[in-house]
Amino acid sequence: MGDVSTVVDKKALPNTSLANLDVFSSTLQELAATDRHILAVTSDSRGSGKLVPFGQKFPKQIVEIGIAEQNLVGVAAGLASTGKKVFAVSPACFLTARSFEQIKTDVAYSNNPVKLVGISAGVSYGALGSTHHSLHDFAALRAVHNLIIIAPADNFETEQAIRLAAELEHPIYLRFGKKPMPLLSEDNKQFEFGKGRVVNEGDDLVLIATGETVYPALQAARQLEAVQGIRATVISMHTIKPLDYALLATVAGKGCPILTVEEHSVFGGLGEACASFLMQNGFRNRFSIMAIPDEYTVTGSQVEIFNHYGLSESGIMAKALSLLDK
Amino acid sequence: MTVNELANKSVQYRRNILKYIMGAKAGHTGGSLSCIDILNVLYNNVLNISPETAKSATRDRYIQSKGHTVEALYVVLADKGFFPESDLETLCQYKSHYIGHPTKKVAGVEQNTGSLGHGLPLSVGTAISAKLDELPFRVFTLMGDGELPEGSNWEAALLASHYKLDNLCAIVDKNTLQISGPTADVCSTDPLDKKFEAFGWAVRQVDGHDFQALTEAFDALPFEPGKPSLIIANTIKGKGISYMENQLKWHHGVPDKEQYEQALAELTIAGKE
Repeated sequence: MGDVSTVVDKKALPNTSLANLDVFSSTLQELAATDRHILAVTSDSRGSGKLVPFGQKFPKQIVEIGIAEQNLVGVAAGLASTGKKVFAVSPACFLTARSFEQIKTDVAYSNNPVKLVGISAGVSYGALGSTHHSLHDFAALRAVHNLIIIAPADNFETEQAIRLAAELEHPIYLRFGKKPMPLLSEDNKQFEFGKGRVVNEGDDLVLIATGETVYPALQAARQLEAVQGIRATVISMHTIKPLDYALLATVAGKGCPILTVEEHSVFGGLGEACASFLMQNGFRNRFSIMAIPDEYTVTGSQVEIFNHYGLSESGIMAKALSLLDK
Repeated sequence: MTVNELANKSVQYRRNILKYIMGAKAGHTGGSLSCIDILNVLYNNVLNISPETAKSATRDRYIQSKGHTVEALYVVLADKGFFPESDLETLCQYKSHYIGHPTKKVAGVEQNTGSLGHGLPLSVGTAISAKLDELPFRVFTLMGDGELPEGSNWEAALLASHYKLDNLCAIVDKNTLQISGPTADVCSTDPLDKKFEAFGWAVRQVDGHDFQALTEAFDALPFEPGKPSLIIANTIKGKGISYMENQLKWHHGVPDKEQYEQALAELTIAGKE
């Protein structure tokens, strides 16, 4: 794939864009100011979780666990069982692998409404390598009953997700990257767990993306229209579980090709979740999954890794055109 | 309760453990019999838990880390009025809520457990919450000596002393046997007292079948202000039934009718003593 989107990424980022992680931190501070039950629980991750100001402002509302992710989740579940609104914050790679059994048993099975916050998710850590990548988390956690999985795409979705999560007494996994993310849409300000957010409309193609891949998908859609006159529906599928089957059925009903895009392994993520629904419900749209292939990722920054595997404006455009036989 | 009353309760509890395990044709017999006297003292003399206070924010919390000996917990909860004892006739049966490990579907159960090494972290989180809100409740967790190699226990043990959780009491039901053999041969955890003391805990050892000693130990909590407390309860796996005591096969052995009748006879004699 070409290297165009490295340039596109730079020009596309307004200075006002914040990392979703920063929005998580500022929103949590706002909520904590009026609700003493809001707790941040960290595994030596208050710096990487942008929670230093939170800790300074609310020293009684942050619980440090140390580098012990199993304990992070077990303790968080104990805290949540007493009515605390617990945000357990740790790099997604460790939170969802090292603590997988605690998520399954202590959070989901025991129905302790912990909000698990996986920071620097996907390949956000770039060249730090596969130990620090979380390309398995959707797949692993989708198979855990009683867990909502959310990957917000932009600052708006992030803020909404944190506010909803704080009030929802349900186990939730929230996944954030650390790259500044531009707003997707000024028009669609609807956000609800379990409801995909349509940020562009068109009848020639459907792009379904999640998290930090929604923006390059949207840019690809804009380029496809500008250059080729191809109009694409673009969905930010921020809720991986429960997946918005109604929206999937509606857009698949257009009959046009569907392309999914995600910062995750090709196995078990958004793409396979969509494929499973579509195939079992009689939809025969042309369909393709863009994700990280089954290999240890190439060394590079997040942008370089995205470009390498085609999870970029140019890569998504190329894949879309091929799916459209153009 | 007096020591005599507790002794009579334990006879009743042991009888019920065997009855319902036999009915279910499944259960962890040896471990339930080793920990039942501890549960007896906790629920009858220590915890401020009852069906009426089951949702109270200030109730003490009991979290059973060694979830496989759930039969001991169920018979005590039934006796305390959380549900009709006859419910246990469905233990492990198709569609029953009374599954073979603690589940919150059963009234009085605080956390779902079963996978080992989970009770202590859950208890630490619960105890931290009490400290944050300055609530007076205490948190108790029962672990087996066989589950102590789980690393999560030691993560939690470190944090418990870091946060000076003197509202936390862990009890180890040290029956010295696990499914593969003597715990000392599988993965020795001795000297257990020294290990926990090194982790910042205050530790006492008691005979886990001595009602007086157990009651006195619980009455003495916290053993030191500012430290979590550990009670190492030295117990006998299969305690109370001669042919089960210290016999590995009774880890999850199920008595047949004849064995059950013999056990009842032994318990009846014990009850009269």
